Amino acid sequence: MWLEPNETIVNKVQVLDETGKLIGSHPDVNDDELLALYKWMVQARTFDQRALKLQRQGRIGTYAPMIGQEAAQVGSAFALKKQDWIYPSYREVGACLVHGVSMENFFLYTMGHIKGGTSAQGTNVFPVQIIIGAQCLHAVGSAWASKYKDESSVSVAYIGDGGTSQGDFHEALNFAGVYKLPTVFFVQNNQWAISVPRSKQTASATIAQKAAAYGITGIQVDGNDVLAVYSTMKEALRRAREGKPVLVEAVTYRQGPHTTADDPTKYRQNGELEQWLAKDPLKRMKAFLIERGIWNEELEQVEFETANDKVTKAFEIAASTPSSKTVEVFDFVYEQKPSQLAEQQNSIQVEGVVK
Amino acid sequence: MTAMTMIEAINFTLKKEMERDQNVICLGEDIGKNGGVFRATDGLQELFGENRVVDTPIAESAIVGAAVGMATRGLRPVAEIQFLGFIYEAMDQMAAQASRIRFRSGGTITAPMVVRAPFGGGVRTPELHSDSLEGLFLHSPGMKVVMPSSAYDAKGLLASAIRDNDPVLFLEPMKLYRAFKEEVPEEDYLLGIGKANILKEGEDLTIITYGPTVPLVKNVVAEIEKTQGLSIEIIDLRTISPLDEETILSSVQKTGRAVIVHEAVKAGGPGAEISALINEKALFHLTAPIIRVTGFDTPYPVPSVEDDWLPNATRIGQGIREVLSH
Repeated sequence: MWLEPNETIVNKVQVLDETGKLIGSHPDVNDDELLALYKWMVQARTFDQRALKLQRQGRIGTYAPMIGQEAAQVGSAFALKKQDWIYPSYREVGACLVHGVSMENFFLYTMGHIKGGTSAQGTNVFPVQIIIGAQCLHAVGSAWASKYKDESSVSVAYIGDGGTSQGDFHEALNFAGVYKLPTVFFVQNNQWAISVPRSKQTASATIAQKAAAYGITGIQVDGNDVLAVYSTMKEALRRAREGKPVLVEAVTYRQGPHTTADDPTKYRQNGELEQWLAKDPLKRMKAFLIERGIWNEELEQVEFETANDKVTKAFEIAASTPSSKTVEVFDFVYEQKPSQLAEQQNSIQVEGVVK
Repeated sequence: MTAMTMIEAINFTLKKEMERDQNVICLGEDIGKNGGVFRATDGLQELFGENRVVDTPIAESAIVGAAVGMATRGLRPVAEIQFLGFIYEAMDQMAAQASRIRFRSGGTITAPMVVRAPFGGGVRTPELHSDSLEGLFLHSPGMKVVMPSSAYDAKGLLASAIRDNDPVLFLEPMKLYRAFKEEVPEEDYLLGIGKANILKEGEDLTIITYGPTVPLVKNVVAEIEKTQGLSIEIIDLRTISPLDEETILSSVQKTGRAVIVHEAVKAGGPGAEISALINEKALFHLTAPIIRVTGFDTPYPVPSVEDDWLPNATRIGQGIREVLSH
């Protein structure tokens, strides 16, 4: 029997339609949680847009905005337990904030501090990954350690549609399947890998269906629907905790540039952004909360102001943190400094070549 | 004391380390039931089970990348890359991930892991099985690179590598796996990573080498000393990253002459680094140029010509004569 391409029909999970109306059954989420989900999305967007501005002003370095992906990131991370681990790419500020990374930490990272990749003790978030797909294997190894030590912890790799073309992604899914590791591969299909569209990354109709080839579970979810993402991720984590790895494809859109060094008008189709702005994840959830009678414009304004203040405070802390010194680069290479490094470090201090 | 070959010493050490610390686990291709293509892990799966001696799919990047993930969560993985020539597949996980995680996490996350790999020529392998790629990792800050030249060294260095809190690439000269037996203490002992071993003291010339070429250099030196009445010092580096500068420099300052011998290709190889080091710090003690006797700057050749391509007794002898002619 021929196995034809794209024979498997993948149905996208949706809870809210594009206008915020409930379709299907209401997920098991109480009002406090509904509000918390929305407030996290507001914080993520506020941070993201401020970071963009600060980069334009030259106050922080290159930044990869995540505007448009708040539902995917917040909804998925909100489902995690404290003991679960996140292995993020560089566009996951929303997920990382929800799982305990502080805003000032992100500012320190984008401002080029040597310790910017450091999370607070007890925050199970790996340093941001730059090499596309590499973090998938770290999540696999981490899950392996959890399983070996019999700890109930799931390791979640966050990756984009572009990342699914990398060998490390495929090797990771394969290992997770073979060893039945507590892993979730959370793919945000935001339609673009810098300038290359999703259609040129893979001939698969969906990314979710790739799971089948590795003998693991796959699911596609509307990534701009925070309730759909949250409920899907909760179930994915439940399965993963039992040793059944899951590949989640959250269909979303990168409303901004790839990074602050990119101009998306060079490659986007006319009208594409507008189409996706109509499906904006915050707009949708806000409409749902208002309809439910637990939100209004006044609360909305207060929430954005609160988030703004929080971001301002975080930036002030980061901006007043003393800059890293060149002499510090030698301290984190090995546990004990070899004589060559000590000598190079001393040459800086003694000769004053670099202050 | 027991007489062991190098491969037996490696197997014995893995067993002892796994008994000592249950966070030590082995993973790699064919290492379980088969005990490794060279039998380095022979019998370990029977002793410790499939959870601790893991046969993996054929995916070098995943073997190393998963080891990084494990190591950062408290395990002490010992990953095997079946032949060093295959490590190109795992280059990112080696050089950009394992090596850098301490640095990029500001010292808060570490990857105490060992990647073992057979390497070196002279055993008539198919293509890409015999390459000496250690120089790539000398060029990767955060990684340590260790290579034993005897059964005794293999045991002490492997135990140190497994207990080290930094990632260690542990390179095993496959030509020496079963080349000879020597007495190895069964008791626990450690050899310092980053410490060279002066195999033999001498006055007229220093030969700096490591791994597969050590026994060859010893033989050549014995012959030359006997016939020409010379006194030659031999340094077995044991580790090329970090380099034991002190031992190299104090020897060359004494003898004034240096020959560096390794199988890796010449350009940008460990010999270039050692030579530059001597030039920077001991130039005025030299009475002759430093000579490198190495593999040629070509891909590792086909078996029919590998004996001439590799540093051999003739080429090492030529190098010594050239240095002594000044």
